[in-house]
Amino acid sequence: MTEQAAAPLQPRSMGTSTIRLDGRLKVSGAAPYAVEHPADAPPLHAWLVQSTVARGRVSALDAQQALAHPGVVSVLDHTNAPRLEDTSNGELAILQDARVGFRGQIVAVVLAETLETAREGAALVRVTYQAEEHAAELRVDNATYRPDSVNPDMDTDTDEGDVEAALAGADVVVDETYRTPYEHNSPMEPHALVATWDDAGEGTVLDLVDSTQGVHGVVSALAPMLGLEPGQVRVRAPHVGGGFGSKGEPHSHEMAAALAARTTGGRPVSLAVTRQQMFALTGYRTATISRFRLGARSDGTLLAIDHQVFEQTSAIREYAEQTASPTRMMYAAPDRRTSHRLAVLDVAVPSWMRAPGEMPGMFAHETAMDELAVACGVDPIVLRELNEPATDPETGKPFNNRRLLDCLHRGAQRFGWSGRPAGARASADGEWWVGTGVASATYPMMVQPGNSARVRSLDGGRYSVAIGAVDIGTGAWTVLTQIAADALDVDPAAIELEIGDSSLPAATVAGGSSGTSSWGGAIVAASQLFRNDHGDSPDPGVETTASAAEDPVAEEYALHSFGAVFAEARVHRYTGEVRVPRLLGVYSVGRVINPLTARSQFLGGLTMGLSAALFEESYRDARFGHIVTQDLATYHVATHADVTGVEAEWLDEEDYVATPMGSRGIGEIGIVGTSAAVANATYHATGLRVRELPLTADRFLP
Amino acid sequence: MRELEYVRADDAASAVALVSGEPEARFLAGGTNLVDHLKLGITAPRLLVDVSRLPLDAVEEYDAPGGTGLRIGANVRNSDLAAHPAVRASWPAVSRALLAGASGQIRHQATTAGNLLQRTRCVYFQDATTPCNKREPGTGCSAVGGYARYNAVLGASPDCVTVHPSDLAVALTALDAQVVVLGVSGERRIPMTGLHRLPGDRPDLDTVLEHGDLITAVELPPSAAARRSTYQKARDRASYAFALVSVAAGLELDGDVVRDVRIAWGGVAHRPWRATRAEDALRGQQLTEEAVLAAAELELEGATTTDQNAYKVPMIRNTTALACTRLAAGEVSR
Repeated sequence: MTEQAAAPLQPRSMGTSTIRLDGRLKVSGAAPYAVEHPADAPPLHAWLVQSTVARGRVSALDAQQALAHPGVVSVLDHTNAPRLEDTSNGELAILQDARVGFRGQIVAVVLAETLETAREGAALVRVTYQAEEHAAELRVDNATYRPDSVNPDMDTDTDEGDVEAALAGADVVVDETYRTPYEHNSPMEPHALVATWDDAGEGTVLDLVDSTQGVHGVVSALAPMLGLEPGQVRVRAPHVGGGFGSKGEPHSHEMAAALAARTTGGRPVSLAVTRQQMFALTGYRTATISRFRLGARSDGTLLAIDHQVFEQTSAIREYAEQTASPTRMMYAAPDRRTSHRLAVLDVAVPSWMRAPGEMPGMFAHETAMDELAVACGVDPIVLRELNEPATDPETGKPFNNRRLLDCLHRGAQRFGWSGRPAGARASADGEWWVGTGVASATYPMMVQPGNSARVRSLDGGRYSVAIGAVDIGTGAWTVLTQIAADALDVDPAAIELEIGDSSLPAATVAGGSSGTSSWGGAIVAASQLFRNDHGDSPDPGVETTASAAEDPVAEEYALHSFGAVFAEARVHRYTGEVRVPRLLGVYSVGRVINPLTARSQFLGGLTMGLSAALFEESYRDARFGHIVTQDLATYHVATHADVTGVEAEWLDEEDYVATPMGSRGIGEIGIVGTSAAVANATYHATGLRVRELPLTADRFLP
Repeated sequence: MRELEYVRADDAASAVALVSGEPEARFLAGGTNLVDHLKLGITAPRLLVDVSRLPLDAVEEYDAPGGTGLRIGANVRNSDLAAHPAVRASWPAVSRALLAGASGQIRHQATTAGNLLQRTRCVYFQDATTPCNKREPGTGCSAVGGYARYNAVLGASPDCVTVHPSDLAVALTALDAQVVVLGVSGERRIPMTGLHRLPGDRPDLDTVLEHGDLITAVELPPSAAARRSTYQKARDRASYAFALVSVAAGLELDGDVVRDVRIAWGGVAHRPWRATRAEDALRGQQLTEEAVLAAAELELEGATTTDQNAYKVPMIRNTTALACTRLAAGEVSR
């Protein structure tokens, strides 16, 4: 692979509000999603049979009735499913033995001629279990396991100076516990795929049309387990109806479809996970308990920060949310400590959900900061000014473009912060208490290694630009076209973008707000090398494939995006109901490549943060072990009526240290800090400090 | 797939005959609840008798003691009923209750009778893998000691602690509506206050209806309290959520003294809860916030709560005060 140092790109299409290239296809229903793709043969439909115990063994599985049902073709279980070469991934290694690791785990797959028949077949499978005692409740006292690292590969604990001594010497100490609930990503398009297994010829054996955030990630996870070479697995995902992290890594339904497809003699297998099944099978955010201690001088200057996190993982596969990670770099304090401890439970496997770590961690941190501001009698924005670090507290590196205070000040101006009553419960409008709150936001700038792009000249001055990136609804189709146009110095209409296919050059996941940065860098590198090698008037058919060389300058800096979120909350004096009529986010994210699609990302993140603040909670019934609020009628997300005044803006800037486009990532920062801003506003409205999400009406009633 | 028979009834009497003759038969109207249940695998009828095309979709005035009543056909869609001028003028609580429920799409589809006969949204009732006495008598109640935020605070039994989900039923209960029922032995009328049951040891029975009974209409009697009525619903999100608690209230005042008052509560019990003790305490009293709070308190004597649903006691008390004081002040919108 050729590596090319990408030179800074001058914006022409970048920075303009190009409408979504796939927009018309989507709103007209013509964009095919995973199971809508026409297959070569009529597919068999798969339906999953899930365990009804949280821990134990399948002692008997009787498929006779199911198999006798007209239209049912086969039933796969641990006794007859194809064997995997590698079972170390406890989430994906399904149907390999009789063990049950959580309630809802896949214990059989029914294949039938129609979806309805498959579902009925699944209902007819009789499974008996040898149940064992299980543990499914997260508590501080059972969260004792110390993981080797936290997601993605961060230190589990950090400890600088003497936190206890600093707290003992502090004028003011905030020592509180903050809790966030289990949350589910619930993208609009449920997880779904069509799998075809054909080992008759050369080349692709397993073909998946999938709903995923990373086609190459699916290949690299599944291929070795199935005993295939990466080149024998092809994954396509041209359009994906949202992921929010839940499609960032393959989950067990993808393995179920692959295993099933291996048994059908080449006939495709179509599998769509139901909304209810998603609450067990496709990832979620762990609940978190944060014990937060802030020690400060009486004026609000921080002396010590201590953040102890208690959360959970699954016994069958480890996932450790990096909840304290933003605490390590957010504010100055000489003595600081963070830790993560996990309860290892017999539960479904947690995973990424928009801003893993930052979202629950910053709820705790920014609510604690608000408590400190109240305790010190300091305006919350002044408190943050006081504690602005000169260099990154975690690494000691200089920040590049840390503009948190600019975001706070711009937001304060636009939101109308000045004149805000200092005390709580100071404003009312009829039956509503009214308050305002603020919180900081941050998200790390990440560029993933392992991306390359291919540029090929076509007839008529047109160019094919190809990379295995995925548009999960973010606007990647459009934004990558804009980047390619600027990198080749042509009009966007001259670019024919190819993405969403693992047969294209390698690309990393649409996650960690790193997609555009990582894919875009590769496109810029390949385009610039292409021009270097083939000039401005290349012959049709010549091509260049390259990846971006690592930028040594970027290593010298701490690279993060920042933001400030302002909320107005109204709390009903009679019912405790909370409404948020105004929410504003101001962000520093480098160059915004497409204001139209970027605005959607920010508004989406803010809305999701608002939704988490007020509504979202997956209730795990520890007696059974599963989430019982397992549909969108009982797992509440914000409706239109709840989202009445959300606005976002961004600072005019570019950051060429971060990427050759001058951009950083924008997908996740909108959710960070938002629930704290809302919580702080409810405190300001009512004088009641709620330290646990969601902020439902009952918490504001005496 | 599981086969079931689907029949479109020609008239109400034959629909009743069809369902009465098959223990595993169900009426299908708007389908907004029953079809979910079929997909969730929590009910498996052998016969569906579609009554949605029966001509039970008229809204007609009738002479009633003290004025003009309104007879609402069982198939009148929730959207149409909410928008009906006579309902808005003379029974505004009914219109408000309907608009406080579900979503626009569901209200277009759902029928008047179907709304009353919708079943609980208790998460365990809807999850075929957990015990539930209402779904499978004798298996136990998972909501006791489980997800209890929505659980009843009045009239629950050890066998069932769930609440009735309908908003409309609460308004109809407050305003002394009655349902017209056609059964195998003819037509009869059941007051709304007597239609739904408390769970006792038979939580599988939501109502007093016999298998095969078909609600053909709802009758709204006129009253001064109905004309001055409202519906107040507290819920987590601003739309598309079942009530945490709700209040339907109607008021007739003589100066500031209560001549007549009707109060029914939703979200607190297995049936819409007519707050007769509170009503009795308020009649003849000056209508003040304190008086309503005290009356509600009286009604709530004997409420049973857990950590998760204790909030319902102050919430229903406050919401009752809110509804009644707004009515007294002539404010009925929020």
